[in-house]
Amino acid sequence: MRASGPALRLRWKASLVGWSFVVVAVLMITLFYFYPMIQALLLSLQTGTGSNLTFNGLGNYRRLFTDSMFLTAVKNTFIYLIVQVPIMVLLALVLSVVLNDRTLKWKGFFRTAIFLPCITSLVAYSVIFKYLFAGDGLVNLLLLHLHLISEPIPWITDPFWAKVTIIIAITWRWTGYNMIFYLSGIQNIEPSIYEAARIDGATAVKQFFRITIPLLKPIILFTSITSTIGTLQLFDEVMNITQGGPGNASSTISQYIYNLSFKYAANFGYAATVSYSIVVMIVILSIVQFKVAGDRDA
Amino acid sequence: MLRAKRISMYVFLAVAAFVSIFPFLWIIVSSTNPSVDVTRGKLLPGSYFMVNLRSLLNSIDMLNALKNSLTVSVSTTLLALLIASLAGYGFEIYRSKAKDVVFNVLLLSMMLPFAALMVPLYRMFGRITNLVPLIGIDTLAAVVLPTMTTAFLIFFFRQSTKMFPKELLEAGRIDGLSELGMFFRVYVPTMKTTYAAAAIITFMSSWNNYMWPLIVLQTPQKQTVPLLISTLGSSYSPDYGLIMLAIVISTLPTAIVFFVMQKHFVAGMIGSVK
Repeated sequence: MRASGPALRLRWKASLVGWSFVVVAVLMITLFYFYPMIQALLLSLQTGTGSNLTFNGLGNYRRLFTDSMFLTAVKNTFIYLIVQVPIMVLLALVLSVVLNDRTLKWKGFFRTAIFLPCITSLVAYSVIFKYLFAGDGLVNLLLLHLHLISEPIPWITDPFWAKVTIIIAITWRWTGYNMIFYLSGIQNIEPSIYEAARIDGATAVKQFFRITIPLLKPIILFTSITSTIGTLQLFDEVMNITQGGPGNASSTISQYIYNLSFKYAANFGYAATVSYSIVVMIVILSIVQFKVAGDRDA
Repeated sequence: MLRAKRISMYVFLAVAAFVSIFPFLWIIVSSTNPSVDVTRGKLLPGSYFMVNLRSLLNSIDMLNALKNSLTVSVSTTLLALLIASLAGYGFEIYRSKAKDVVFNVLLLSMMLPFAALMVPLYRMFGRITNLVPLIGIDTLAAVVLPTMTTAFLIFFFRQSTKMFPKELLEAGRIDGLSELGMFFRVYVPTMKTTYAAAAIITFMSSWNNYMWPLIVLQTPQKQTVPLLISTLGSSYSPDYGLIMLAIVISTLPTAIVFFVMQKHFVAGMIGSVK
């Protein structure tokens, strides 16, 4: 007993030192992530304006299914997802394959140029795109000048074109970002695999679909899920390019939560309910992502 | 045949590069032109740069917004690096079963979208305002506090600590350094590259942060640069030359960081996947 006393105390002290390194981070994450999430859960069961909240049970959750603004926001978010993510992934893949060609000149320039959109802030690039795609903006001027269109396209004021503009903008901002991941993935592929394929007479297109895509599958999945999670939270672009309009033809879930809390008469309870719908979707996607990452290590 | 393929390859890349760069060229050129010329679609540099700069500094509080953004970004970056590296180091060097469990719980916070946190956070800071106005609504501290600790950065430091040569710690212990002394005297200097990459990621996201400042900052004097740009961009009679200049200035810090530290920049990004 006497012998183990000091040793035990020493071990206890060592453990205390270890904990003291992590304690601030643990407290901060608990205070600013986990505690608000629990608050949101409690809020989502209440209804009312401002701080006059009363218990409402699952009423808010029932309201979700009949709330046309919410359903439109969900629909829009999924349109952005289903159209934009595949276009961007394919474009980024083709770019990285072309950029990986060993005989290519000015590789550094092309890579830097295509990556450059990533350095802009979401607000800055959104404002730029809002002006470029305005009714009398540069894009319309150019298209008219080249006689590709006979009258200006209502990029921002038409329900259909507003979504197209958002999709073009996001693709501009994020393609280079995804490309960097594919480039680093492609560099890990054995050149001898392509060598063998060439000897067997496989065309470049065949090599792309039979070698590049299957071997990059984990990275493609990873970036697709990351982009999906990003799109589910889409806010800055919609706020600054179309403000969700015309009407709410381009609104997103995040923007709806913002409007519910800070634009209309504040309904924090229902806003929290809407926000849980994103949480559920993201948690599901993240679990898939963890599984994918796990498979990659195995 | 092969020649045609090569040409189409270059054409494809040239188009992609042009589309990527064009908006940058456009804002730079437009920042030297008066508003009318920008609307007319003029694509050549003009002589209005100084005029735009003067009216930006006089009529709009650009300098104040830059000061606010810099205060927020620098303090967020310094605090984030300190907190996350201490934690990443602690979780890896003093590894235990209990700490691994806590670490995995922290990782769960990465799944929580900010849109879901903002309402309770706003209410929380509303309550704090009554107790400690210095860190309440409409203060820069309120922007920094909830954004400075991310599980991602703790994860990033922990992963990098796996490569850290632990023998150095033994040597430090023999030299009589305290546990905290070893962290600051041995670990921090050896991990400079990790800190550089982490600083870039954190500074960029803080500099560009929009949603939380939009909610928590309310008076114009407290505006950060993204809020100012957003306000300018939604005005009814926009002065295009001036706005373009504001956008150019707001992009400069990240552009400089990118071109000066391109290697760390990409390393930090790719590192976030591994």
